[in-house]
Formats: sequence, structure tokens, C-alpha cells
Amino acid sequence: MSGENLIEIKSVNRTYVDTNDNTVDALRNINLSVRKGEFFTIIGPSGCGKTTLLRLIAGLDRPESGEITLEGKEITAPDPQRGYVFQQGSLFPWLTVKKNIASGLKARGVYAAQKQEIAKYIDMIGLNGFENAYPHQISGGMAQRVAIARALINHPAALLLDEPMGALDSFTRADLQDKLLELWETDGTTMILVTHDVDEAIYLSDRIVIMTPRPGKVSEILEVGLPRPRHRGGTEFLALRRSILEKLHLASAQPQPEYTI
Amino acid sequence: MKFITTSSKNNSGLQEGTKLSTISAAPQSGGQTPAAARSLSPGHKVPNKKYFLWSLFSLSGFAVAEIISLSVPDSQDVVDTVYQLTLAGLIALYLGTAAFSFFDEARRVKFIGRAPFRFAMGIVLAVWDLLSTKFDILPLPFFPGPSKITSVFLDEYEFLLSNTGYSLRLFSAGFLSGVILGVGTGILIGWFSRVYYWLFPILKITGVIPAVAWMPFALTIFPTSFIAGVFLIAICAWFPVAFMTAQGMAGTQKIYFEVAKTLGAKQSYLLFHVALPNAIPQIFTGISTANGLAFTTLVVSEMMGAKGGLGYYINWAKTWSSYYKVYAAIIIMAVLFSLIMKVISLIQSRLLIWQRGLVK
Repeated sequence: MSGENLIEIKSVNRTYVDTNDNTVDALRNINLSVRKGEFFTIIGPSGCGKTTLLRLIAGLDRPESGEITLEGKEITAPDPQRGYVFQQGSLFPWLTVKKNIASGLKARGVYAAQKQEIAKYIDMIGLNGFENAYPHQISGGMAQRVAIARALINHPAALLLDEPMGALDSFTRADLQDKLLELWETDGTTMILVTHDVDEAIYLSDRIVIMTPRPGKVSEILEVGLPRPRHRGGTEFLALRRSILEKLHLASAQPQPEYTI
Repeated sequence: MKFITTSSKNNSGLQEGTKLSTISAAPQSGGQTPAAARSLSPGHKVPNKKYFLWSLFSLSGFAVAEIISLSVPDSQDVVDTVYQLTLAGLIALYLGTAAFSFFDEARRVKFIGRAPFRFAMGIVLAVWDLLSTKFDILPLPFFPGPSKITSVFLDEYEFLLSNTGYSLRLFSAGFLSGVILGVGTGILIGWFSRVYYWLFPILKITGVIPAVAWMPFALTIFPTSFIAGVFLIAICAWFPVAFMTAQGMAGTQKIYFEVAKTLGAKQSYLLFHVALPNAIPQIFTGISTANGLAFTTLVVSEMMGAKGGLGYYINWAKTWSSYYKVYAAIIIMAVLFSLIMKVISLIQSRLLIWQRGLVK
């Protein structure tokens, strides 16, 4: 793996206004770099701003200050070179599986030239025979695979995954994790995953960044360094798991009021 | 059996929208899945003997009506031929359906599910025939018998046909232009905030005016009464379609736009491939409402000013106190309007095939 950086996040700040009209720091002074081709995971408890950060990388939101660049160019708007997979319910319900994947090409206006790729991606995600099913007719795991294929068919430089397995049961989740690794290994796309599942983070990632809430900031960056395929019950795996959990616990142990009156 | 209603799952928006969808839901849901057929479980087999007996039962009502018409002497001065032929036609139709449905289990269940209703219809016709044509109990000219009414279809065949054609032309021209205009303005209002600002209040104020209120004005301004009718039907169809289109587009979930943007979509893709397909269930809610309003406007405008059409025919028959002709025109309207609604619901289920099983 080369050390070349794909995405640079420099002194990024982002605030939002909560329901009580208080300004809250969603992200404070974030500095990160994502290497080309790596599997990069952002982990943290809810409210730590990890999804906000991912949306900034996607260009769906803009930071208040600081800048995010991809290969040196500032990110200002969404672009197919940064594919995005939402937690759930992002497939167009009026399109079949095949047409949902095709919408990745159609939105860019390259459908006619590249439609032969659709079959390849349906094959890659193992949904042969479901091409003409509508989203409500397939399972949540299948739907997430379609969402991943729809983003990957545009050959993004980075695939941004916002808790894509958060709404799945544990069997489907493990299955999709393996599928994701397989896609990553064949395609070589840089993966940026947001999750709150420690096992998932260790199982998949090259590097894990731990974020802490209120204000959202980077607490620590870990190199996983375990050989793949990883065993969820292995000694090193469990040791790493314990240490991350401790850090997450410590990170959120400072007394913070949950509610403001 | 699953079928589609016009209300979409994200039709939680404005009160007006909910109201519109409930109005249109009534004619939509009727007749698609008879309660009797539903009560029989899908795996339920209908044995041959049972099917045969129920088929006979289904036809027997009309057979009774036919026998009464043929055997009991008339006390009113009418020709029974058309009525008797109509009954024979109904018997032949259901006999054919019974034979056709014999080979398919689902059709069998559906066919015998409707048997009691058909039987009752036949009996109602028989009783009506006895009370009027046969024993002259119902007072004329307001309550003619079935023979008297159906005889109009033969006696005034050409005049009725030309008037039906006129109604159909007027309806098609007015309704189609209203729907097209409605979808067009709905898209503009739902998509461009500036258009929304200027046009939506006007839509809300003018849309609630019954279209026929414009009639005196329409009849003076437009060169022919046909064009005036087209105008009236078009504006009455325009409002609900425009309103529901705008509402459906505005109700598109943010996630669909965000997904499309990350896939590289431009504005035109967001409009025509995200917001518009999302609005189609609501557009059809609007179209169904517009449909009912357009029928009313059609008949009223024909009665008031037109030189043809079924409304005109009713008015004309009334001046001669030929109430049996009024009934004949009403029967044609019922059949014609049901057919038009059927066509619309076929188009709708074709376009909304993705909702099958999603919406109950």
C-alpha cells in the first residue's frame, strides 16, 4: 500500500443549531488524511460528528472553516468520484434492482456507453436472478449491496459508507462485510466507513480513527495491522477490541449533560 | 390478490391532499376484489360440481327475468325485443365467462364470488319488469319499465350514438388538456420556488371555484360551445392535477436527491428522474379526482350550452317529457364513465407497478 494521500482534511470546523436553538460544535478542528487504496474507518459514539464528517467529504455539506481536498482539489459539491452509501432506504423505489444500478450511469449521462457493466456489477454483488425485483421485494442486505454496486459502477476514487450495515441483522452483516472486503480487494477503491460497531471496524479496516463527541474531534488513530482474513475470536483481535472499547469509554466518560433544560 | 390504491405511502402532507385522496379512493377500490371472493382462501379449491351449480345460480336471475318477459303478457304498450335481447346477451356473456373461468382456479373463485350479486341483479330486473311493463303499477312517465328504456337504444340509435360521440370527444379534449396542463404547472410549482411564490396562491384561489361558474363567460368568449366545454372541463381537471403534482414533487425525500447528486446527477435528472417519478402516485390521486369533476362539468356544460352530447340529449328528452330517454342516456353515461375510469386505472397500475405489494 502506497503512502500517498487521497483525501486531506485540514482544520475543518462545522457547527449546527440544535432543537433548542443552541449552536453545537459538530466537528472541531479535524485534521485527517486518507491514503489511497486503504480501508479507513471512523468510529465513535453517536453525536461525535462522524456522519457529518462523511457528508463533508461527499460534498453534501460544506465546512464552516477549513478545507477538504481530493488529490489536491477542494471538495465543494457532490461528485460521482466520491460514491456514497447511506444507512438504508436509499434505493429509488420506482426502479428495479437493475435500473437502480443503471441510475449510477444514467445520472452521469454515460448509460449508452457503459451499460454492459451493469451485468458485471449484478454478478459481483451476487444478485443474479433479482435484476427485475423492486427494492421492497428484496431484503435489507440485498438492498445495501445494490446501493454499493450503484455507487461503484461510477468507479469512484473513494467509496463513502455511512453505517451501511447498521440496520442489518448480525448474519447478514457478517456476510456483507465479507462482500465489501472482496469488492475492495478486487476494485482497489479507497473505502471510508463510518460505524459504531468496534468488531466491524477491526475486521475491515487498515486504520481506525476514534472520534469523541461534544465537540466532535479526533481522539486517536490506530493502525490495525492484523493479517487478513481476520478471525473475530483471535487473541490480537480481542485485545485490540478491548483497547478500543476502553478508549471509547474513556473518551465519552467526561461528565456531560445529556439534556439541556 | 393485491391492488393499488391511489394514495401513496408518503402522502402524509397537507390536509387538502388527504381529502383529495379519500374522495378518489371510493370509486377506485370498488369492484376490484369482491369481498365474497376474498373470504375464500387462495388455496381453496372449487370442485367441478360446486362450480357448475354456482354458475347456474349466477345465470338463473337473468333467466328468470327473461322467462317473465317472454311469458307474462304486457299491459303497457311497449316493444320488448331489445330488453329480451339484452338479457340474452347478459346470459351469453356470463355463460362464456363461466366456461372461460373453468380452467383457472383463481378465476373460478372470482366468478362464483360474484354469483349472488348477479342473481340479485336478475331478480331486480324481473321485479321491475313485473311492476311496470307487465302489471302497470309504477306511474308513467316517470318510472318506465326496462323494455321501454332499452327500446330507445334501437329507436334512436343514430341520434344517441352521435351524442355519445360528441360527449366522448368533448371529454377527451377537455380532460387530456387539463391533465397535461395540470402536470405541467404542477411540475413548475413543485420545482421552482419563484413559480411557487407567484402561481400557487392563484392556483389555490381559482382552483376551488366550480368550473361551471365560468360558464356564462366561457360561452361568450369562445367561438363555439364545444371549445367553451373543452375550456371548462380543462380548468376543472387542471386544479387537482396541478395541486397533487406539486405536492408529490415537494414531498420527495431528501435522501433520493442526495443519492442522485452523489451519482453525478444534474438538475434535469433530479427533476425528471427523481422528483417526478416520486410524484406519480399523487399525480394519479389528482387525476382520479379530476376525472369525477370532469364528468360533472361535461354533463352540466352540455345541458347548459352545447349543441350535442348526452347532457344535451337529456335536456332535449326532458322538454318532450320523454323520461325513458333520460334513463337511457343515464345508462350510457354509467357505462361510458365506468369504461373511462377503468382505462385510467389500467394506466395507473401499469405505471405504478413498483408499488405492487408496497401499498395495500
